[in-house]
Amino acid sequence: MKSSGNNTLNPHRNSDIKITASGLNLWYGDNHALQDINMDIHKNKITALIGPSGCGKSTYLRCINRMNDLIDNTRITGEIVIDSKNIYDADIDVVAVRKRIGMVFQQPNPFPKSIYDNISYAPLKHRLIKKGIESDELVESSLISAGLWEEVKDKLKSPGTSLSGGQQQRLCIARAIAVKPDVILMDEPTSALDPISTEKIESLMMDLKKDYTIVIVTHNMQQAHRTADYAAYFHLGNMVEYNQTETLFNSPAEALTESYISGRFG
Amino acid sequence: MNNQKNHNPFYDPSLSSRHRSARLFKAFTRGSILITLAFLCFFIFDMVRTAYPAMWQSYVKVEVSYNEKSSKISQKAIDKKFRKIVSRAWLRSIPKLLKQQPELMGTTANQWVLADDQVDQYMKGHHHNLKQKQVSVIETLKTNAQIELRWNNIFLSQGDSKLPENAGVYSSLIGSIFTLFVTLAIAFPLGVMTAIHLEEFARDNMLTRIIEVNINNLAAIPSILFGLLGLAVFINLFGLPRSSPLVGGLTLALMTLPIIIVSARAALRSVPDSIRQAGYGLGLTKIQIIQGNVLPIAFPGILTGTIIGLAQAMGETAPLIIIGMIAFIPDSPNSITDAATVLPAQIFTWAGMPERAYVEKTAAGIMVILLILFFLNAAAIYLRKKYEIKW
Repeated sequence: MKSSGNNTLNPHRNSDIKITASGLNLWYGDNHALQDINMDIHKNKITALIGPSGCGKSTYLRCINRMNDLIDNTRITGEIVIDSKNIYDADIDVVAVRKRIGMVFQQPNPFPKSIYDNISYAPLKHRLIKKGIESDELVESSLISAGLWEEVKDKLKSPGTSLSGGQQQRLCIARAIAVKPDVILMDEPTSALDPISTEKIESLMMDLKKDYTIVIVTHNMQQAHRTADYAAYFHLGNMVEYNQTETLFNSPAEALTESYISGRFG
Repeated sequence: MNNQKNHNPFYDPSLSSRHRSARLFKAFTRGSILITLAFLCFFIFDMVRTAYPAMWQSYVKVEVSYNEKSSKISQKAIDKKFRKIVSRAWLRSIPKLLKQQPELMGTTANQWVLADDQVDQYMKGHHHNLKQKQVSVIETLKTNAQIELRWNNIFLSQGDSKLPENAGVYSSLIGSIFTLFVTLAIAFPLGVMTAIHLEEFARDNMLTRIIEVNINNLAAIPSILFGLLGLAVFINLFGLPRSSPLVGGLTLALMTLPIIIVSARAALRSVPDSIRQAGYGLGLTKIQIIQGNVLPIAFPGILTGTIIGLAQAMGETAPLIIIGMIAFIPDSPNSITDAATVLPAQIFTWAGMPERAYVEKTAAGIMVILLILFFLNAAAIYLRKKYEIKW
């Protein structure tokens, strides 16, 4: 590709960095699940985290919005700096962090509410909008951004769970967008979906990166290759390699990375 | 035959005995259901049969003279030979009636009045201890159509009485409602809040595990001990009024709490964790997640558990005996601090009465309580279906 030709290929350059992890370690009890992760995540790019099961990629993703805080017996050292503020500082309120950093999960998990309420619930609670016209507009714009508007505009009052799996996942993305985050974390967002729904989500991600920084965990190597600008390979709690996607897939620097992407294990 | 077996590639000699034991097992399971059903049918049939006569009550038509004499000694209001035939409860009401309606003074009226319980039993063909003279009086009344069985509206509109013909479940029904109201008001919020804390907030450590075990044990404590606790704490220590729905309700609330807590926890646990995760991912606070998303899903289960707990409290007698709700209380309570009795206690009292007429009252009381429990359980099922969120 043209861009990879004249780029310096340095993912650690300082301009437009959104998230910086430095010296990040995480223990589940005695299990040292993340070992000294240092990683810069670029603004308005898609960064894919790949690696075999149990390598720590999901754990790392969940460090970025402090979802690991919910698990008992977890200990974290090091820092994750977002917009020049360490989110593990004592004066940080996790709720505010999670509002700025949205998350989409592996299984579509709409609330037991109508499609409309699924989207408007959190913005109303955050007092971003008022009931009525503001809420209607936000629901519409979020659904349009998530590419779901045309399919559901006539049945906004029906339950979110009445949609198909792929639609539910896009509803969850719309719900995450509605809170106006900067970053969207996606934890294997298409692993429960069929190829057609997956394709829709992928093209949606490409659209969304204009406005959001996206970090995605995926088991699907083709997906990482297709969608991501940057990719990081995790192995046994270590970040083995991190580079532009083309470089990582075409000429990996590490033997471990190469054997994983060529399908020798994983 | 043998040849056929040889040609059947699927022939398995052990199969016939395996099928036989399966049939036998099925017959056993079916048999247990039939035995249970038979007991239930027998119980209900016997109760209905015994309770049926209580729906009717004998009335006699006699000449009543309202005058000065009868306002003092009410027996003088009617002819001597009818004095054992009419109800003493009615006789006692004459002076009061004259006070209320002075214009009746000096008049005589030929009117239908409530009959004595022994007469009532005679009319229903049950055992009685009337003298031959009284029996012949009744027979004369019968031929003149001056005695008849009427629909018994006393049973549902009057309180307890020492005279069976005047006894009803009304005041105990009101007592039960007051008591259950107190139970619900105390046990529901406490139980649900406890369940929410244990399920959503508390960390899994030694302390919560001890609390958990103790809540489960609490559900297995004999109910009479709760009565002793109620007596010691609510009446003796706090000085709350004895026999009152307040104390009864508090005592039953202690008993119902573990049921509500256990069922509410189960309902909360059945809410998939992905819903909570979704909430956290959007930056909602714990309370917002619980209120907005977890409780609506858990609500039908919590409701069902609460109603079943209340139904159990409704039928509870032993603890209420200890705190004095068994006393003879003919009047219905006006507030939760008045002395009152409850339905099961009323049934218990009647069951111990020597008069034959109370047998049918007891059975009728049991029918009333069974009907209420039936409707409570039906309500539980209906509400669960209504508020269930399709997943």
